[in-house]
Amino acid sequence: MRRIAAITRSPLIVAFVAGLALAGCASKQTPNNAADLGLGGGAGSGIAATPGSSQDFTVNVGDRIFFDTDSTVIRADAQQTLQRQAQWLNQYRQYGITMEGHADERGTREYNLALSARRAAAARDYLVSQGVQSNRVRTISYGKERPVAVCDDISCWSQNRRAVTVIDGAGS
Amino acid sequence: MMRLLKTCIAISAVALGAAIAATMPARAQLQIDVTQGVVEPMPVAVTDFLSSDNVGAEISQVIEANLRRSGLFAPIARNAFIERISNPDVAPRFNDWTVINAQALVTGRVSQEADGRLRAEYRLWDTFSGSQVVGEQYFANRQNWRRIAHIISDSIYENLTGESGYFDTRIVYVDESGPKNQRVKRLAIMDQDGANQRTLTDGNSIVLTPRFSPTRQEITYMSYEGGTPQVYLLQIETGQRELVGNFPGMTFAPRFSPEGQRIVMSLLRDDGNSNIYSMDLRSRSTTRLTSSNAIDTSPTYSPDGQRVAFTSDRGGRPHIYVMGADGSNPNRISFGDGSYSTPVWSPRGDLIAFTKQSGGQFQIGVMRTDGSGERILTTGYLQEGPTWAPNGRVIMFFREASGAAGPSLHSIDLTGRNEQRIPTPNFGSDPAWSPLLE
Repeated sequence: MRRIAAITRSPLIVAFVAGLALAGCASKQTPNNAADLGLGGGAGSGIAATPGSSQDFTVNVGDRIFFDTDSTVIRADAQQTLQRQAQWLNQYRQYGITMEGHADERGTREYNLALSARRAAAARDYLVSQGVQSNRVRTISYGKERPVAVCDDISCWSQNRRAVTVIDGAGS
Repeated sequence: MMRLLKTCIAISAVALGAAIAATMPARAQLQIDVTQGVVEPMPVAVTDFLSSDNVGAEISQVIEANLRRSGLFAPIARNAFIERISNPDVAPRFNDWTVINAQALVTGRVSQEADGRLRAEYRLWDTFSGSQVVGEQYFANRQNWRRIAHIISDSIYENLTGESGYFDTRIVYVDESGPKNQRVKRLAIMDQDGANQRTLTDGNSIVLTPRFSPTRQEITYMSYEGGTPQVYLLQIETGQRELVGNFPGMTFAPRFSPEGQRIVMSLLRDDGNSNIYSMDLRSRSTTRLTSSNAIDTSPTYSPDGQRVAFTSDRGGRPHIYVMGADGSNPNRISFGDGSYSTPVWSPRGDLIAFTKQSGGQFQIGVMRTDGSGERILTTGYLQEGPTWAPNGRVIMFFREASGAAGPSLHSIDLTGRNEQRIPTPNFGSDPAWSPLLE
């Protein structure tokens, strides 16, 4: 610390005058949060669900797809899921859906909101390309606000980079 | 429901000094050069202000804590003091202070006016030259005693560094509670030192990215309360909330213009890309600033209002760009390895703070506004969201350690040497620093 050039100061006069949809991808579930996801009611393969119900959609069709890091490309496995979703939605036309876009925590908040919005739009566009009417699909972006899997490695991040198709009226 | 501090405080400062003719005119030789990175903080002695109750000692303790946290000052332990100040109107025995290496000495007195207000007098002394640097007095309602301490701290900082202070400021941030996959988020506000905590929203909706108006007691932020996540205004004083604009889709990443009359933000297009718009808060007219088929977000005005820095992935990965405030001539300014986002223009205009992701780590750094001179201030598992102190010398951000249950708020000065944790009752994220209060 130095004592440098003098400064002169005269006396100052200062006036201050959702819970998420049922998880359909049983193999991707993490044990620590199954209850938090509302999985109580018997999600998982082999459980009988009324055909055409939202449970049927979640359990037998699969309600979510996953993305690579910082990517909005619909992967081959995701295309299969979305094709099944479109088939089901084209059969049960009484439902509207909300497409939720999500991101993992490995991005900054505002960018992740935009990234997950783009994921939701990409999934919606794929369903529309498979014959689902666009006016049945609403999108919402959650960024990294609603992870399903909580840990600090790729096993969780890969589950959180997702788009979830929520059957309207099924509770989100 | 909320009361503006300004309305219930009447602080006036009057120069002291004539009482000690020997020190007039004051001629201080004491100064810290904050631009050089202070390796050795200046030893200062902050004495308990005389008062009939403990408010004098409490004010002194807040001043001392502010000075210590700045990293520029090293308050000397009180048990080393030799002289006991009994009359703050009389010059101290300077030798008693130089011998314990106190280069600056702070003395004062707090008394109560007939109308119940506190009157706080303070003097700052240069012990080696044996002169008074400054003497002032302030009046305020008793419940605002902490503001008196912050205003005196700012006066000390200003007189010893030549720069304006940042202690009489507040932080708005997001208070986080509950498990990560069911996190409850509320807007919260506190003094810059973590005191006077208060929540501003009820936690029923996700709220993100609050930012202070530079000119009013007003916050802009993003909320999910209306179903579609959008940008809102909140009057801190009245609690009144208002949707910003009438946009069909998600609006996010809001920030005020320097004069407070515009908000610049991102609007999600139906095709999934995001563009930047600005909206005049009086006329409600909107101007589109970008139209790329990319993510354009996190806009921030230069302090002269002439330029806007933002994040875009138009070149592949997220990087920082600068354009004219009308959207003209966007130029990329970040070129290092990794991704760059969350640019925030310094209130001094000289630097842009950012978050960088590189090598699996998150870094907070600064660069000049042309992208040169990049400096990383801190690196960690997850940290983001820089916000500038009004004097452009300190940055606050939030951090979450690997495996931690939630984030916390931290500040770091521009040298990168002085990092401090800001105490919050719950987890904290998305801090935004207010301008100096008035």
